[in-house]
Amino acid sequence: MKLSRRELMQGAASAATAGLIAGGAALAGRPALARPAQAIRPPGALAEDRFLAACVRCGLCVRDCPPQNLKLSRWGDGIAADVAIGTPYFVAREIPCEMCEQVPCVKACPTGALDPALTDIAKAKMGVAVLIDQENCLNFLGLRCDVCYRVCPVIDQAITLEKVSNPRSDRHAMLLPTVHAGACTGCGKCEKSCVLEQAAIKVLPAAIARGELGHHYRKGWEAGSRDGRPHFDAPVQRLPEHAVPGDLAPLRSGAAPYTPPVLAPGAAASGGAP
Amino acid sequence: MKLTPPIATPAESRTFGLKHAGQVQRPGREAVRMKGWLAAHRFWLLRRLVQCAIFGLFLLGPLAGVWIVKGNLSSSLTLGVLLLTDPFVLAQTLAARHVPELSALIGAGIVVAFYALVGGRVFCAWVCPVNVVTDAAAWLRRRLGIHTGRAPRGSLRYWLLGAVLLASAVSGFAAWETVNPVSLTQRALIFGGGVAWGVTAAVFVFDLLVAPRGWCGHVCPVGAMYALIGRVALLRVSARHSSRCNDCADCYAVCPEPQVIPIALKGKDRGKGGASPVITDSACTNCGRCIDVCGPDVFTYTHRFDTRRV
Repeated sequence: MKLSRRELMQGAASAATAGLIAGGAALAGRPALARPAQAIRPPGALAEDRFLAACVRCGLCVRDCPPQNLKLSRWGDGIAADVAIGTPYFVAREIPCEMCEQVPCVKACPTGALDPALTDIAKAKMGVAVLIDQENCLNFLGLRCDVCYRVCPVIDQAITLEKVSNPRSDRHAMLLPTVHAGACTGCGKCEKSCVLEQAAIKVLPAAIARGELGHHYRKGWEAGSRDGRPHFDAPVQRLPEHAVPGDLAPLRSGAAPYTPPVLAPGAAASGGAP
Repeated sequence: MKLTPPIATPAESRTFGLKHAGQVQRPGREAVRMKGWLAAHRFWLLRRLVQCAIFGLFLLGPLAGVWIVKGNLSSSLTLGVLLLTDPFVLAQTLAARHVPELSALIGAGIVVAFYALVGGRVFCAWVCPVNVVTDAAAWLRRRLGIHTGRAPRGSLRYWLLGAVLLASAVSGFAAWETVNPVSLTQRALIFGGGVAWGVTAAVFVFDLLVAPRGWCGHVCPVGAMYALIGRVALLRVSARHSSRCNDCADCYAVCPEPQVIPIALKGKDRGKGGASPVITDSACTNCGRCIDVCGPDVFTYTHRFDTRRV
């Protein structure tokens, strides 16, 4: 085939135009790689860059999601504005993931953008819950709330309540919700149910939520515990087991009010005097 | 040096037509007179019916709770068994180095097989919602007598097809799906639109004011993909009764790809040992508007090996 000069120039012009358009399209899609923190991908979603390669934006996962919490992002819709257009996401504070046992969204995905290897929803890693505002969390204020702990589908594994002495009253316990990232699925039920105006616990993509320990660190106490050497477990909290002066609990329960412990005379003499 | 030579605008098409040169703004009038309105619009009506029916099926779920078809035209599931996947979006996925599940590959295989049989660009004319938009723009151009504007070369869409796959490979994500008016419009119809409708409107304005028949015929890489798929399609339009042609040029005026007609219609001495009357150009969308709009019924649907000329 003989290419004339004209055909060559025309071809070059078309190729250049096509390159500009396609390059522009790729650039236009580029900012969407950095997705807003509140936009959580469905369970089983591949890492964001691989997810964008795999997702054909058909919405089949959206259709098969029983609580209808998945949305396809649309241009100009708040959070969705920064999610690659047409890809699925959910906002935990609006409708969290229901953690369906059958994982219908993953089953619906035709391309494997939602990894079909995920069959146990408890192994999902949609994100990690973070108790992000300790200053407003009711438990940290010394109140009893615990709602996030109660609604957690993997209660006592993903969220535990850690008993800590309340230094303000010096005689009350604070039960602090603590997330264990290894068990957290990122379903967002804790964020949804947080009773504050703005949730104090939020689900964030793991890339944002998690730190990364220097790889040279060795947690010696873990290995030591395994080898049967002395344990360095977390100290057991010794909150007052007996009533102390001013305590109202014994009165409410009908028990005798505070009575100072009777010390043996000898003990007082030997122990009390310096 | 001309980078973007003009294609045959209706104004230029008049040079083909002698009889009705002044009336080409309203092509099909003669057909309506000779065959009646219904017969002069049957394939147009059928096409719109098919387009509406397909989107009706998609919308039946979200609107009425009857889930016959789920998803959208990028990938859909019919009656819980038939998975269909758009080959172009899957090609982008493959270019971005994601190996999709077998179901998506089979789904794309079924789509390719179907359009390889009936004509690749049957998707463009009979399924794609953007077709309604560009047809409307072309209609309005004729009615308003807008003859200005020029479209990029028709080969641009093939270059764009290649460039998009290259961009997907380099960027690692489906590069065209951020801006693709075809899937944006489909999604806006099925899942709700937002600003995506702006892209649809932009295609309308582009076709109306900038490039006659510009989007579908010269730019859209989705159409280019389907044209490649339908290169050897069985179902074709034939200018079988080309001897009846009265040179009114209405077919040129309505055809979204008018360059495909002359060889079949006017090929060497109208068939006396000359060219085939079958329009074999893969750009032909099999829309059937030429059949509708032709008063003396020159055109007909047939298969590609039926080269009879009467």
